[in-house]
Amino acid sequence: MCGMGALTMESLHKTYGEVRALRDLSMEVRAGEIVGFVGSNGAGKSTTMRIVLGVLEADSGEVRWDGRPVDLAVRQRIGYMPEERGLYPRMKVSDQLVYLARLHGLNPSSAKAAMEHWTEVLGIAERRGDEILKLSLGNQQRVQLAAALVHSPEILVLDEPFSGLDPVAVDVMSGVLREQADAGVPVLFSSHQLELVESLCDRVGIIKSGSMVKFGGIEELRRTDDRRWVVDGPPASTWITAVPSAHLVSAQGTRSVVEVRGQAADAVDQEILRAAMAAGPVHEFGLLRPSLTELYRHVVTTDVTATDRETVSA
Amino acid sequence: MTPRPSVVEISNGAAIRLIAGREISTRVRSKAFVWTTVALVAAVVLGGVLLHFVGQQSDSAQKVGVTPEASGVAEQLVALGSVTGTTIETQEVASAEAAEPLLKDGTVSAVVTGTDPLTVLVHTELPDALAPVLGSLAQQEALSSAVTDLGGDPGEVGREIAQAAADVTALEPEPERDSAQVVAGFVAGILLFISLMTAGQLVAQGVVEEKSSRVVELLLATVRPWQLMAGKVLGIGVIGLTQVVLVVGAGAGTAALLGLVDASSINLGVTALWVIVWFVVGFTMYALALAALAALVSRQEDVGSVTAPVMTLMMIPYIIGISIAPWDPTNPLVVVLSFVPFCAPMLMPMRIALGEVAPWEVALSLGLSLALIPVLVWLAGRIYSNAVLRSGGRIKLKDALTAS
Repeated sequence: MCGMGALTMESLHKTYGEVRALRDLSMEVRAGEIVGFVGSNGAGKSTTMRIVLGVLEADSGEVRWDGRPVDLAVRQRIGYMPEERGLYPRMKVSDQLVYLARLHGLNPSSAKAAMEHWTEVLGIAERRGDEILKLSLGNQQRVQLAAALVHSPEILVLDEPFSGLDPVAVDVMSGVLREQADAGVPVLFSSHQLELVESLCDRVGIIKSGSMVKFGGIEELRRTDDRRWVVDGPPASTWITAVPSAHLVSAQGTRSVVEVRGQAADAVDQEILRAAMAAGPVHEFGLLRPSLTELYRHVVTTDVTATDRETVSA
Repeated sequence: MTPRPSVVEISNGAAIRLIAGREISTRVRSKAFVWTTVALVAAVVLGGVLLHFVGQQSDSAQKVGVTPEASGVAEQLVALGSVTGTTIETQEVASAEAAEPLLKDGTVSAVVTGTDPLTVLVHTELPDALAPVLGSLAQQEALSSAVTDLGGDPGEVGREIAQAAADVTALEPEPERDSAQVVAGFVAGILLFISLMTAGQLVAQGVVEEKSSRVVELLLATVRPWQLMAGKVLGIGVIGLTQVVLVVGAGAGTAALLGLVDASSINLGVTALWVIVWFVVGFTMYALALAALAALVSRQEDVGSVTAPVMTLMMIPYIIGISIAPWDPTNPLVVVLSFVPFCAPMLMPMRIALGEVAPWEVALSLGLSLALIPVLVWLAGRIYSNAVLRSGGRIKLKDALTAS
């Protein structure tokens, strides 16, 4: 059982020839939390994970577990799912999982028990005797997850564990990740499925061109200085002038979106509601918070500016 | 909550053993390996048996029947045979009629039924070895008649003629080359070539299999590159060694059981042992070189081209070995190459089998090869570690050596 450790990546730099793959990337995954790692292809997610696993060496920076640099002994206790899936194509599922468990230090009987447990949990118990290449892609993916879990890792690092999974398998995978996190395992995974990340993760890191541009709790990231409300009622053009700090962002039929910029936003919501109700009946009134998808779009489409970088160490 | 078994940090030795164990169990279960081994063992056993019968036929005496009318020529036949290099055994046959069944069942190859003129009965045709003997005999019989006519003793003359032969003195006598030595040399060369080639290719393919299936990334997250390479080389080495021991054992056993070799000309046990020792040395060198080169590519299709230089290197001593060494074991090319690492594992055991090598030569050659192994380990380890995780195109050897 692991303690209250945290996996820390500090100021990672990596350059491939002319390409700067990582620039001063830092993040932390605490015990028991799920951290989602999002960013466009080539942003540096896989590079970061490979550096954590030691299959790639950073030019500078450090990865620590429980405050100590991650060495081979620690790496043997990480469960890893590489971006490029990889298992021996002509080896049976059971043999493969037992072999990997033993390479991570389990004795033969524990390795067999772990193989049986995880094939059962992941719904591939009937395929134990089959060679990997005979399985469907979805089942290969389940075996890949089993391979990451079979040695009861203390840390999980999964590169796009959800890609190519059917909805049922997504639920199984989400359940397993939650269970692992609840057991105290820090879980870091990357994904392009932002709704999934939003619902599953405690914290999210958004990476762009090798830099972490946003990192924090979902709620924290969604909270912005400029606030927007949606009002379903009389057209905003008829009452917006009653609230001097507010301005209209968009209007569609009876639905208007109004925005208040800056610190003044805190107490202004009641003022807006009153102004709207004075003009006519209001059917819906709510704070409009950006979804992770919107945040992500905003981040990846704007240039990384100096101010953006300053928010990194959230 | 899932069970959390106790996990221990695994030692270098344990990791290498596990990796080697996987290689061994995978190969042993593969039909290709089982059948190759069976075929090789069967080939040496059958080869031995075949050699045994061929040898028996050429060595065995020619049996010639002699009817009472011709009983006088029996002694002459044996004497003539020894001059022409054919061992002849004579056997009394009651009559030409009695000779028929003996000829048909092969008890005798020919029956002399009359002397004036010489008449011979055969089943289908006269054996080649008997033609000159019977030809000479006919001439002698004709001579005897003439001697008798002149009043001499034809028996005396006949015996003297039969035993007359030129006394030859060789200026540089060719050493007696036992055919068993030639065969042993051949077999040693071919066997070592086949086993080094197959085992070496297994190593190269195994390395690329891990790269192309990307499983190497998963493995290297928990073991070090050199452990993975060492385990693979060790595992496939054990498999190759098992194959060689089985084949050498079967070959040597067959030869000993059938009495194919003359103990004075070749020490079968020692030769077999040297073949095994040189397999281990040769495999280590070739496996390291091939593992390093194979790590430079990511697809099975590219294994052939990237390993071609080493495979060619393997062909040279083999071709020189089997085309020159058995006929001319002291050929300077053979002798020089038998000291060169990478060539020695095939040529030195051939020379040992051919019995043309001094102990210091074996020791020197072995020492040179063994001295190169640590260098190869270092080079291969470096190239492999730097290249094995880089997928995509073929990596330049120089880059793999210089990258840290």
